[in-house]
Amino acid sequence: MANVNLTINGKAVSAETDDRTLLVEFIREHQGLTGTHVGCDTSQCGACLVLMDGKAIKSCSTLAAQASGSSIITIEGIATGAELHPVQRAFKENHGLQCGFCTPGMVIAAIDMIERLGPDLDEPTIRKELEGNICRCTGYHNIVKAIKAASMQMATQLEAAE
Amino acid sequence: MYETSYNRVSSVTEAATALDAADDPKILAGGQTLIPTMKQRLAAPSELVDIRQVDELHGISMQADGAIRIGATTTHAEVAANADVRAQLPGLASLAGHIGDPHVRYMGTIGGSLANNDPAADYPAAALALGATITTNKGSYSAEEFFTGMFETALQENEIVTAVTFPVAQRTAYAKFPNPASRYAMAGVFVAQTPSGPRVAVTGAGQEGVFRMPAMEAALAENWAADSLGSIQPDAQDMLADIHGSAEYRANLVNVMAKRAVAAA
Ligand SMILES: Cc1cc2nc3c(=O)[nH]c(=O)nc-3n(C[C@H](O)[C@H](O)[C@H](O)COP(=O)(O)OP(=O)(O)OC[C@H]3O[C@@H](n4cnc5c(N)ncnc54)[C@H](O)[C@@H]3O)c2cc1C
Ligand code: FES
Ligand code: FES
Repeated sequence: MANVNLTINGKAVSAETDDRTLLVEFIREHQGLTGTHVGCDTSQCGACLVLMDGKAIKSCSTLAAQASGSSIITIEGIATGAELHPVQRAFKENHGLQCGFCTPGMVIAAIDMIERLGPDLDEPTIRKELEGNICRCTGYHNIVKAIKAASMQMATQLEAAE
Repeated sequence: MYETSYNRVSSVTEAATALDAADDPKILAGGQTLIPTMKQRLAAPSELVDIRQVDELHGISMQADGAIRIGATTTHAEVAANADVRAQLPGLASLAGHIGDPHVRYMGTIGGSLANNDPAADYPAAALALGATITTNKGSYSAEEFFTGMFETALQENEIVTAVTFPVAQRTAYAKFPNPASRYAMAGVFVAQTPSGPRVAVTGAGQEGVFRMPAMEAALAENWAADSLGSIQPDAQDMLADIHGSAEYRANLVNVMAKRAVAAA
């Protein structure tokens, strides 16, 4: 048995689990946070993305034991109370989801890319960065629009803060 | 996934001891190949020795002679973003930045990629074209000695790759035609202008894994230009053929990718 100690959405979690438990199983089945999805068995769809120490990684291809000691943020942890995260709001406003299955992963990927590459992203960059996220409803156009809107909004917020 | 036991170590010595003590262990680095393989039950190690957090295996440094040494657990994202790599070996930085997707690049490591020697992996092309040295806890190998065939390397049981050193090159570039679904190379060509002349290495296409193209190297030694490669291509008999492309298609793709790489270098 592995001893897993980490924080999930700011809350300290300490649990005993099977060594082979995947991080996504730990999050969904042990912690009951079912916003993180499993969309494939081949590590290719990105529905399972979570932020581990600030970086978007595939929780289906990481063991819970490997993540011990880290800080995990899931889709449940990005809004502030009732106020949506700017990326969530942009997905809502731009109709960036249809069935919504890929959306948690898309939103986490978007947060990661905006934080890494800076605000005000252009469309080719966003499309390239989404290489690891598959939308079965194929609604990519509005997903890209939503991420662009969120990145522009974050640019405006930064300017206003200066 | 079959049952396994997980062991995180904090030094190379500790890793070596744990590997020797276990029945059927495997080194776990980024896990971006090993965990998917275990999920499919194609691998079932009794013990995983996690080296991802071993400090001495991590990081990038420039040597006195300008060579760049990259620790085995350095991630693809770190190689792609490193200022020295971008300035000295832009082809290597660009290669790292096009592996898989951003999320694979955060976890996947250069040591894991080389040790795995997937015939469609990108790093082997850079290592062979640049004449890299692969250092382990037991000794070191030239790239030529290291890659011995598809998914085969010269590594002995439980031998740990500790670092890879890339010597200086005047010009480098990598061009890859990715499989649209997996992002692995259907053909990837790394070209380098090195102090001992041009070198060209091909991944993704060959049945035996990564290989060099002496005919292209000779043509580039005469004149470093995409045009001098003419219609030089590998023998289709030695190329992979699968649902993604025939052997003839891949042989031609090698020529096209080599020209793109030379034009970009
Ligand atoms: C969706 C997806 C797309 C991908 N696309 C590409 C691509 O386009 N190009 C590409 O090149 N790769 C691609 N990969 C593979 C990726 O680059 C892997 O990260 C890499 O091949 C293995 O590195 P790792 O650190 O994850 O190794 P692990 O998965 O941890 O280990 C792989 C193997 O190497 C051994 N090993 C690991 N580290 C060492 C060491 N230091 N010494 C000795 N043995 C060691 C392990 O025991 C294991 O057998 C992709 C992977 C995924 C999931
Ligand atoms: S569930 Fe993780 S990549 Fe598909
Ligand atoms: S919205 Fe249905 S999978 Fe993307």
